[in-house]
Amino acid sequence: MGCVYGLVAVGLGLIWGVMDVINFAHGEFLMLSMYSAYWMYTLFRIDPLLSWPIETALIFLLGYATYKLIIKRVVNAPGLTALLATYGLSLMLRNLAQFAWSANYKYLPDTFLANKRLLMGPLIIGWPQLAAAAGSILMSVAVFNFVGRTRMGRAMQATALDRSAAQLMGIDSESVYAFTFGIGGACVGVAGALLATFFPVYPESGAIYSTLAFVIVALGGFGNIRGALPAGIIMGLAETLGGFYLGTEYKYTIVFLIYLLVMQLRPKGLFGW
Amino acid sequence: MGKNAVRERNALLALIAAMCVLPLLTRNVNTHHVIIMILLYASLGEAWNIITGLAGQTSFGHAAFFGIGAYGAAMAYFKFGVTPWIGMAVAAVASAVVAAIVSYPVFRLRGHYFAVATMAVGEIVFQLFVAWRWVEGATGISIPVAPEGLATFQFRSSKLPYAYIAIALFALAAFVFHFVSRSKFGFQLRAIRGSEEAAMAIGISPARAKLTAMVLSAALTSIVGSAYAQYVLYIDPFMVFSMAISMKIVLLTVLGGLGSVWGPVLGAAILIPLSEYTRIAFGGTGRGVDLIIFGALIVLVACFEPQGIIGLARRLAQPNANRKGGADGDVDTKSDAARTSA
Repeated sequence: MGCVYGLVAVGLGLIWGVMDVINFAHGEFLMLSMYSAYWMYTLFRIDPLLSWPIETALIFLLGYATYKLIIKRVVNAPGLTALLATYGLSLMLRNLAQFAWSANYKYLPDTFLANKRLLMGPLIIGWPQLAAAAGSILMSVAVFNFVGRTRMGRAMQATALDRSAAQLMGIDSESVYAFTFGIGGACVGVAGALLATFFPVYPESGAIYSTLAFVIVALGGFGNIRGALPAGIIMGLAETLGGFYLGTEYKYTIVFLIYLLVMQLRPKGLFGW
Repeated sequence: MGKNAVRERNALLALIAAMCVLPLLTRNVNTHHVIIMILLYASLGEAWNIITGLAGQTSFGHAAFFGIGAYGAAMAYFKFGVTPWIGMAVAAVASAVVAAIVSYPVFRLRGHYFAVATMAVGEIVFQLFVAWRWVEGATGISIPVAPEGLATFQFRSSKLPYAYIAIALFALAAFVFHFVSRSKFGFQLRAIRGSEEAAMAIGISPARAKLTAMVLSAALTSIVGSAYAQYVLYIDPFMVFSMAISMKIVLLTVLGGLGSVWGPVLGAAILIPLSEYTRIAFGGTGRGVDLIIFGALIVLVACFEPQGIIGLARRLAQPNANRKGGADGDVDTKSDAARTSA
């Protein structure tokens, strides 16, 4: 779970870090990706393990379009306006999903990996979960490399540091922003496809990921997307172990408490500066 | 008091007087309901505006105080059989104490780290109430029926008494905000918003000022929460503690205009009827059409009027003015100067 949290948070953190925009619709992007994985399987029998590039592309386009249609108009507005816009968008997407596909839980019970388990001594790990963890790590590393190594990635970093200086160097900050939103979306595109193999799909399914992703991004530290992956893993472990030892009703309490405690020691996040 | 302050006070008094007449103009129960919700949310917005609009500390966790207030009033009658007013007072003190306790660690964080921390606090309080058996956990509390009257805070034959209580609450919240924003303390908070270092350099204690603002804001929010519980007479943690409440407070204030006494009123007067009437018109479909429209409208407003409605109003009032309020400008220049010299 932690790795998936990490990947969702990487996407959120990328947008947050580069554009200083809090994307409240991030969880809804995830939810839409899960739905598209569900429909790919139900309609065309394409297993989520194979269809993930399609979901990723779809959510990339959704992110790109969101920037061009909405965020572009609010990115320079005072602080909380962008938040207003993305919150409205999240409300809209969630209820559109409910309108189109009803609020019922949808499961994918017979995908390739479903119900297969890996036994390692006393540990029982489901293959879908394992695949999700591995896929999340791979995608996160791919994003880190993209941001660190490619021309577009470096343009993103430059724009994050100082937008006007980057523009003076000939960087088209418009397309950088649109691309950042797309990549942020692509992260949840992958995460959604992998989650759909073992997590019920319903209009609210992205909501808790949104809240957790905020906490994880902050725990990792803003401006350092590499921090989000380990922070996600820590929170995933905290949730599982806390839920196991103290009871499931306290698992999120533990997660949020850990954030508050860690921030006392490192007020700018574990890996922030 | 300066000239602007007097003008603002008189305008507020006029607005409240007009509000007192408004519920008498109609007997429609739906209209009364919408008026009550506007006033309650406007009061929440005023309370939140103290900590975020003036002091610049974005709180995403105000549902915690709202919920404590709601539970205080409900528990007073449900468990102890005493008047909800006592519960309201106890809850306001409790909220203030909670605010003081969490403020100490949370205010060490800046900017987004602070905002996420308030969200974490809100969620923790929420989760604890869901798990807490003594307050009936996730089942919620149905406040037992009591004879009508001010003492029991229950009125069934008409919504008018609730409307007047809501007006009184709004007057309280708006005047607290008005006096805070025009006082020396209010200017200290604005200085902190501009730059904490600069504020410290001119002898303000940011820690103490932010703590006072938070405690005040939390107590006000809690009082409104108590009134809300007595109005709907049934509460559960999902209703009163959820992020949606915190976000609604943020939304309507930002929509109306941050840091101004008129912002929350304007925002609530637009947002609440929108959400209530789309719900009445389309809510019956059970498929969320009301929220689709509501969400789309929020997006549209944010895109085309990023300064909030108050920005539009200001532009209409002074076509050539392209500046922020005078006082705000002063503080900003001062802090910039201090930063350069530091």
